[in-house]
Amino acid sequence: MRLSRLRAPWAVLGLVLLSLVFAACGDTKDDEKSTDSGSAGDSSAKADPNAELKSGLKIVSMPKQLGNPYEEIEHGGVEKAVSEIDGEHTLVGPTDASASSQVPLINSEVQKKPDALIIAGNDPNAVAPALKNAAKRGVKIVAMDSDVAPDARTVFINQSSSEEIGRDEVRLLAEQIGGKGEIAILSATANATNQNTWIKFMKDELTKPEYKDIKLVKVAFGDDDDQKSFQETQGLLSAYPNLKGIISPTTVGISAAARYLSTSPKKGKVKLTGLGTPNQMRKFVKDGTVEAFELWNPEDVGYLAGYAAAALASGQITGAEGEKFKAGKLGERSIAANGEIVLGPPTRFNKENIDDFDF
Amino acid sequence: MPADAAVAEAPAGPRVAWRELLGRWETLITALIIVVFIVGSGLSPEFLTADSFTTASLDLSEVALMALALALVVVAAEIDLSIASVLALSSAVMAELWNANLPLELIMPVCLLVGALCGAFNGLLVTGLGLPSLVVTIGTLALFRGLAFVVIGDESVTDFSVTWTDRAFGNFAGTAIPNTIVLFAVLAVVFGVLLHATSFGRSIYAIGANEEAARFSGLRVKRIKLTLFVLSGTMAALAGIVISLRNSTAAANVGQGFELTAVAAVVLGGVSIFGGRGTLPGVVLALVLLGGIQKALGLAEGVSSYWVQIVIGGLLIGSVLGPNLFARAREARIGSSSARGLWPSRSEEPMPRPPEEED
Repeated sequence: MRLSRLRAPWAVLGLVLLSLVFAACGDTKDDEKSTDSGSAGDSSAKADPNAELKSGLKIVSMPKQLGNPYEEIEHGGVEKAVSEIDGEHTLVGPTDASASSQVPLINSEVQKKPDALIIAGNDPNAVAPALKNAAKRGVKIVAMDSDVAPDARTVFINQSSSEEIGRDEVRLLAEQIGGKGEIAILSATANATNQNTWIKFMKDELTKPEYKDIKLVKVAFGDDDDQKSFQETQGLLSAYPNLKGIISPTTVGISAAARYLSTSPKKGKVKLTGLGTPNQMRKFVKDGTVEAFELWNPEDVGYLAGYAAAALASGQITGAEGEKFKAGKLGERSIAANGEIVLGPPTRFNKENIDDFDF
Repeated sequence: MPADAAVAEAPAGPRVAWRELLGRWETLITALIIVVFIVGSGLSPEFLTADSFTTASLDLSEVALMALALALVVVAAEIDLSIASVLALSSAVMAELWNANLPLELIMPVCLLVGALCGAFNGLLVTGLGLPSLVVTIGTLALFRGLAFVVIGDESVTDFSVTWTDRAFGNFAGTAIPNTIVLFAVLAVVFGVLLHATSFGRSIYAIGANEEAARFSGLRVKRIKLTLFVLSGTMAALAGIVISLRNSTAAANVGQGFELTAVAAVVLGGVSIFGGRGTLPGVVLALVLLGGIQKALGLAEGVSSYWVQIVIGGLLIGSVLGPNLFARAREARIGSSSARGLWPSRSEEPMPRPPEEED
């Protein structure tokens, strides 16, 4: 009696195990790499750059998660572009940003037969099978902001290339300090990939002859922590009394540094620039702490994605390198290697234009 | 869980009566399924297609697998809210071992073992220390999810062997039935037999109906409960393997909120949250209903994905409230002899539980 009662659940456990062992050979990471090389775009098709943009295109856009203000602006840009071309735009997004939360939504949207799907991927690979399936059914896939596996989309709208951001930061600060003096960088964590790439290009830009009078004295790390960034700014100013400028390529760093500077006697004398959002920096631009800073304009990212999707669905482009299309107010754009379309240099925000932006 | 929920309900006595009631509950769910199918096909011509079935069932695979074992836990008047976190931990362990270059055939049993250990941890806290499972598993919900992030961090592993990912994503032998659903069907039969045709299953009902009585009639209550938690953990780990392979992505943030859907499926399937009643076929029907609702809302134009959560939450409350209300209605009718009940016609039905538990 006792035995039989206890045997049953263990038998179930055994079965659960057995149900897994329906494979023969052992696959390990090294044995097998993804060999799927088929592109989601039908690159065999010919691009017709003179094709008219079709009207009434059904375009679906999918953010990483509903309710994120930055993404809402991005998808507002898609809406703008799609309404300019008389298309129909639907915004569909998951309620959480976990790796696979977009998959069911993609599957259902594809059944509604849209012309194109614009996606900011939560996870590059989790969405790939669903996107490939969509492409097979003739839905054009455009990734923006956060790329998906390259073989699962036709084009990717890159907000800004790392090189452009890095070099432009140096140009911006050099203008403000008159091309000479000591400068420092206030970064995020020491191992942050984004920041390190940008800093690499900043250092490279600084080797150019026109910057020979500028000396980078220190790269400090505020760990993307408001308090730490605040203290690091204080440390920089006391350690380098001749400091002329700080570049902080992180939204946390730049606002903490601005807050410190705004109440310090060096306000306006030590220039601060970097990457920040207009809403967090508005106050410091208006009180003269910060002259100008930059960031890509999220609305333009979505706007460009909307036009790219329409151009794909109308056959103007197929996703091949070098193809060109017109993107409304952004003018003519071309596709770079790997299906990437770069939005361009980041937008600069200053006293004059900052009130035009709300994000 | 109130162990004294059904004090007056001896395991053997009113069995015929509650079987009858359950029959009706399943009839109700079936009727709801028919309604959803009619409404769904009205909303979109795509609803009643093989494609809808494939994607809807695939998207629900993990919840379905977890609901099987969870149903047994709930019948025993306990609950396991940590399942989605065990799923994530299993996914994270899988990723880490794959990175360590082990074969998947070895990794999968290890993941199941991890799940079993998580379940045993829950079970020991509940049976050994006599803590309420609601609190224990809310604790481990956070704990296991946290462990998953410790194991793999913010990374995700995406290069699993294509043989296995295709197996998890693909359909069974050319049909529209996903392989994961075949796995589910097999395990549903196994769990059905375990619950309805073994002495272990009868012990679960006895414990759920009246734990004291079950203990006094010689059942090894603690050991049986521990086994149930181990089963639940193992099934959650299996679901973790399935979701990682199906999405070709293992990450610590997968499956957030799945425990809610699984509990909804179990309770909607007619398993009393107070234990002692419910059938596995009911749970399977509830899963069909949930899948149908999710797909219908997904295909409906202009319906935000927030509505899926709202509907699932509503159904969960409705399925607990429904039987409760009509028991109350009947009580009122007996008490005052005037039909003050909400549904006088329904109050003819046999009482699901004795009146004192309603207070």
